[in-house]
Amino acid sequence: MMKDFSTTAPPLEVHDLTVAYDRRPVLYGIDLTVPAGSLTGIIGPNGAGKSTLLKAVLGLLPLSAGWVKIFGGPLAQHARRTGYVPQRESVDWDFPVNVMDVVLMGRYGHLPPGRRPGRADREIARACLDQVQMLPLAGRQIGNLSGGQRQRVFLARALAQESDLYFMDEPFAGVDAATEAAIIDLLRGMKDRGKTVVVVHHDLSTAQDYFDRLVLLNMRLVAAGPTAEVFTPELLQKTYGGRLTILSDVAQALGEER
Amino acid sequence: MSGFIPPFAWQRVVVQPWTEDFNVSFWIVVMGFLVAAACGVVGTYLLLRRMALVGDAISHSILFGLVVAFMIFRSGGTMVMFVAAVATGLLTVGIIEFIHRQSRVKTDAAICIAFTTLFAAGVVLLSVAEMQGPVHLDAECVLYGEIAFVPLDPAVEVFGLVLGPAPVVRMVGVLVGLLVLATIFYKELLVTSFDPALARSLGIRAGVWHYGLMAVLSIVIVSVFEAVGAILAVAMLVVPPMFAAQLSDRLPVRFALVFLHAALSSLLGYQLSVWLNCSPAGAMVVVGAMLFLLAWAVTRPRRAAFPGWTAPS
Ligand SMILES: Nc1ncnc2c1ncn2[C@@H]1O[C@H](COP(=O)(O)OP(=O)(O)OP(=O)(O)O)[C@@H](O)[C@H]1O
Ligand SMILES: [Mg+2]
Repeated sequence: MMKDFSTTAPPLEVHDLTVAYDRRPVLYGIDLTVPAGSLTGIIGPNGAGKSTLLKAVLGLLPLSAGWVKIFGGPLAQHARRTGYVPQRESVDWDFPVNVMDVVLMGRYGHLPPGRRPGRADREIARACLDQVQMLPLAGRQIGNLSGGQRQRVFLARALAQESDLYFMDEPFAGVDAATEAAIIDLLRGMKDRGKTVVVVHHDLSTAQDYFDRLVLLNMRLVAAGPTAEVFTPELLQKTYGGRLTILSDVAQALGEER
Repeated sequence: MSGFIPPFAWQRVVVQPWTEDFNVSFWIVVMGFLVAAACGVVGTYLLLRRMALVGDAISHSILFGLVVAFMIFRSGGTMVMFVAAVATGLLTVGIIEFIHRQSRVKTDAAICIAFTTLFAAGVVLLSVAEMQGPVHLDAECVLYGEIAFVPLDPAVEVFGLVLGPAPVVRMVGVLVGLLVLATIFYKELLVTSFDPALARSLGIRAGVWHYGLMAVLSIVIVSVFEAVGAILAVAMLVVPPMFAAQLSDRLPVRFALVFLHAALSSLLGYQLSVWLNCSPAGAMVVVGAMLFLLAWAVTRPRRAAFPGWTAPS
């Protein structure tokens, strides 16, 4: 599965991206390149525009300026190679579908219009559910799942997409330690298979440990690069605007490191 | 009270309609079923997308489209009617979205502005058109419909085979077309309703499917007008899916329940109307609502009446 991307275009390239809601810009002039096979974390305070960045990149929001290239081309050309795990609250969990139905939606990008998922797609969906230990709940209505189980369903759906580039919005939000460990294992497994994964993340104490690259964001791009270069008190202070509690946490994290 | 409600005479209420008046009863009940089933199938998606109000809006604004089409083409043929309905339906949705985007007005208020304005324009144009000569349209009929007239319509014949009154034949066509589309595009409709963001990222254009659904909704509404009118069409769009949602958490099962509901409310509603000597369409909706209440009473401890009403467990 390992692909050689060294000569080809990077999975994600963003240039001078500006996004506004009601003409009020929330992201200014973002320049960003995500190399193939990386596990990248996007961190920044609430309202920094992290979700907005993902949505803009995926073409879910209009751009005020700049451009986005996925594998060197427009998103529409590579929709099939791009997977998305939205924030959990973004869907109606009382919708009349079960776990299997939701995971099968991940296969829709591979099917022409009018064609339904077949047996092969079901096999893939089952394998993906198994990877997140949700196979026994395949027939359950999605409203009757816990928060962590819902997150696992979304991940299984993303796996079923068999994409090369994934965007995930806070997959660790509101899950217990065991689920968090299972998810990070999964993400590392994806990286090892040559996938590129971009994750919005909130917890600074684990960011350093989980990601090999980080993007620090607060309406503007503060820094982007390998974790070791970017995860510094100065840059974090710039990102979080000197909020002391956070910074002391970081100082502690960095202290433990040394 | 006894003067108000006629006595329930078995002979008059149950036997006579299915013997002497069979031809009338049969077509009314069939039409009632077709109308409720077609509305229920589209309505299921409207409810899932929280767009029941848009159904209300389109069913009113369509008057405007019908009058304009009549003034331009001077005829009320099926094709003219369908084109007018789709154009007005999409216009209504377009106006709603435009108002919502370009101002601080929230969607619910935008819906009210759009459809009342179009409906008012329709009423004005209709009276202008009436001045110039007899019009085939009648505001009363657009609002309330009259399913009892359906059996009187000229029958459609194909190769000497008498199929049935024209509105019924047209309704069968609409329902079959609807079911074919709903089956072929099941996955597109499902994913754009459940998670439009995922759909877009998969390359399925949520907006296109949204407008497609609105076009189909407009066709369904205009073809049920004659039978039940604008106001009861809204009830037909909402009540059968609510009944189904009450009883099942699986989409395919919900569609089956919509059909069951359509059959029961049409037959029982018709009997009620014979008994009380009232409008059959109105009685069908009343019975339909009763069925919903029944389903609600039976399942109340277990299930939510509407998606999103219970806290996630
Ligand atoms: N639909 C919207 N309409 C108007 N403004 C919005 C909308 N969505 C987000 N915003 C604003 O854009 C800014 C960035 O929001 P975004 O959701 O991208 O932040 P975030 O970094 O994901 O925050 P969080 O950590 O809380 O998830 C915020 O100031 C927010 O108020
Ligand atoms: Mg966010």
